[in-house]
Amino acid sequence: MLSRFWEFHGGVRLNRHKELSSEQPLAVAPIPKQLIYPLQQRGGLNSKALVAVGDQVLKGQIIAGDDHPLSVPTHAASSGVVTALEYRPVPHPSGLDGLCLVIDTDGLDRAVRTKSVKDFNHSKPDTLRRRIREAGVVGLGGAAFPTATKMNTGNRTIDLLVLNGAECEPYITCDDCLLRTTPDSVLQGAAILMRILGVERCIIAVEEDMPEAAQALEKAKLGGRPPSPPAPSPRFALPDGEGSKGVADATTYSNIEILKVPSKYPTGGEKQLIQVLTGREVPVRGIPADVGVVCQNVGTAAAVYAAVVEGAPLTSRIVTVTGPGVARPQNVVARIGTPIAELVAYCGGYTERAQRLIMGGPMMGLALPSDELPTIKSTNCILVADSDAVGGEKQALPCIRCGACSEACPVNLIPQQLYWHSRSDQLKKAQAYNLFDCIECGCCDYVCPSHIPLVQYFRAAKGRILDKQREQQKADHARLRFEARQARKEREKREKEEAARRKKEALAKAATDESPGRPPPSP
Amino acid sequence: MRFSTAASPHVNPTNSVSHIMQQVLLALIPGALAMLWFFGAGVLINLLLAVCTALAAEAMALSLRGRPLKPYITDYSAVLTAALLALSVPALTPWWMTVTGVLFAILIAKHLYGGLGYNPFNPAMVGYVVLLISFPKHMTAWLPPSGLSDLHLGLSDTWNIIFHAQYPAGVAADAVAMATPLDTLKTQLGMGKTVGEIWTDQRFGALAGRGWQWAALGYLAGGVWMARRQVIDWRIPVSFLSSLFAVALLFFLVDPTRYVYPTLHLFGGASMLGAFFIATDPVTAATTPRGRLVYGGLIGLLVYVIRTFGGYPDGVAFSVLLMNVAAPMINFYTRPRTYGHRP
Repeated sequence: MLSRFWEFHGGVRLNRHKELSSEQPLAVAPIPKQLIYPLQQRGGLNSKALVAVGDQVLKGQIIAGDDHPLSVPTHAASSGVVTALEYRPVPHPSGLDGLCLVIDTDGLDRAVRTKSVKDFNHSKPDTLRRRIREAGVVGLGGAAFPTATKMNTGNRTIDLLVLNGAECEPYITCDDCLLRTTPDSVLQGAAILMRILGVERCIIAVEEDMPEAAQALEKAKLGGRPPSPPAPSPRFALPDGEGSKGVADATTYSNIEILKVPSKYPTGGEKQLIQVLTGREVPVRGIPADVGVVCQNVGTAAAVYAAVVEGAPLTSRIVTVTGPGVARPQNVVARIGTPIAELVAYCGGYTERAQRLIMGGPMMGLALPSDELPTIKSTNCILVADSDAVGGEKQALPCIRCGACSEACPVNLIPQQLYWHSRSDQLKKAQAYNLFDCIECGCCDYVCPSHIPLVQYFRAAKGRILDKQREQQKADHARLRFEARQARKEREKREKEEAARRKKEALAKAATDESPGRPPPSP
Repeated sequence: MRFSTAASPHVNPTNSVSHIMQQVLLALIPGALAMLWFFGAGVLINLLLAVCTALAAEAMALSLRGRPLKPYITDYSAVLTAALLALSVPALTPWWMTVTGVLFAILIAKHLYGGLGYNPFNPAMVGYVVLLISFPKHMTAWLPPSGLSDLHLGLSDTWNIIFHAQYPAGVAADAVAMATPLDTLKTQLGMGKTVGEIWTDQRFGALAGRGWQWAALGYLAGGVWMARRQVIDWRIPVSFLSSLFAVALLFFLVDPTRYVYPTLHLFGGASMLGAFFIATDPVTAATTPRGRLVYGGLIGLLVYVIRTFGGYPDGVAFSVLLMNVAAPMINFYTRPRTYGHRP
């Protein structure tokens, strides 16, 4: 089995804790009392609120958006009244508050009418991409990159679409759950994405310890139904009903391969997965399309299917609510914008062991200060960890240069050397050791016998370098302005002198004109 | 509900410095038992004396430097330094020499450079070399391995020799001092004898020196165990021993009367201890994978050069220290290719 794959350098085997949530059936969370939508987009800028406080909104209505290429519109996930446009804590590493639209729901779930495409095989790729953008679809694997933008590969030749179902982070099972419950929607999504890219080949990669997901996919590929029909989800593509009519025929599926990749962290990283499947390396500062591959999360493919075939905007997703700090860990279909507190309450609330609230997995997730924050499009997991994750009061010892970090690094860096330079603020040297290639996966932290928070140092060093670059830009700008000003002053001075000289000459001329006997100066 | 936050990853690390050091100490046991069997209770006394001195010196240095005691005392690094030094010196070394060596190792070679993780030179080897250069006669005078003489020293006799320099009645100081196999080889080659003639001496066994070869096998066993558990990187011992073997074999094939069997180089002297326990000290070794191959290979080469052409019968300590100096440069030139970068 292994011999079919290439290997990436390093990586670690982790305790997976997947059974906590994966053994429970998928549930649908009720309509929350309030929905919160941070307006900040992937590009860092806020999108424009298109509704005002006091407005009635319907489910599926666009409430915010703009034309920036890294922005997608935001849709209301249920009907209600806009009650606030204000700064609130948002799930962002900066920890700063962000502008949010707040909707108080009315429980009626009245929706806008949607337009569906019965047969996407006759739609132009551009049309499909536009629909995907209008539906607000972004990468659901965690990065939230606008899918339509990622599907625009320019004039690069693409020969492979990879659907990433390799959930390598511990605890998270939302993709596993999606594949087991609605494999059809993922296959249909794959077919749409293949049409947009014009590729003949697609690989859906799942981890080797997700056998049920692989089986469900294989079955769906042969035209079978998934093993057990899940509870109906709002706006979530299900195999039954209107959605599955008139779409890709089984012949399209024959180009889709389902592969089980080794369960090693971080196999689910985009570049690592591409390396495992194809042996191709994405060049530094490049994108996967540079090596002929486009990679999308399986959830994104399902969302693409819903957007194109059902005309449904992205307003809900599967979220794994799990960890020793949650009473009933499970996967739930949650409306995007639902406050985390309501999701946890739906899962039985907190246990006594709850110590840390993490959005995402334990390796790369973001620790949140409060459960009043909303779920966002990229929220794949709400992990309530206990003291095992918090790590107690372990003191970091000096680095003993054992090299375990280098051995674990999936991009083959020398973390201990980066640490040395980051810590002593030798930022140029840190960059020379390819600091910016660090994907912050946390493998080095995990294996470090001295318990040094390596990733934290690298993040801080990156931040300092970016700050310096911004300052440098500012300084360069100021210098240019100063030089321009000096030049202008110089020019003005010259012009003044010139004018004075001319005036003098004119006066002199006038004087000579008055005195006869002298010849007039030649022009 | 409010929660405390921290940067990712939110997982408990699985390994620790003290766990690594403990495993290295465990791996020393087979070799140390062989030493104890062949060289008597002095080995144990040296070990205990060195460990106690090291812990006291470590505690003193930490408190002088204003560092917390507990995390550093319990990291076992000082214990390991002491154990390696104690196993390197002869079994009947006077107590104050052992203490001096350990003090030098911990206070000067380790803490003056910043303590754990900051010392450029292997502390145990610095301590040993200080003793070797200062007291060459004591450091090369080993008890005959048991079985080679009828001399039998009990615990109290050993204690009296080490702590009071009092020899039991009827035993002269000379009787408890015997040249090591490598030393014998060097001296007798210097006197014009051939390797074949020298090897007929009773102190040589199947692989190397009698007694000595069992200690080497013990260290080899512990070392292989560590490499399999990834406590140490296999690259350093493998490249060390292969280069030593290769160069020894080459010279042996050229002239077997003047250059000894390669097995003596592998299983004699401090080769095994050095390859698995000393050159692998992560703090002072090269850190990149290719760098470690270079580092180990060059140590093996230097060991052969010093043993064969240098002034000392064994050269492991010097070779390790010399390559410690070169480690940063080796690291610099053997950086691995980062993902996505052209070679």
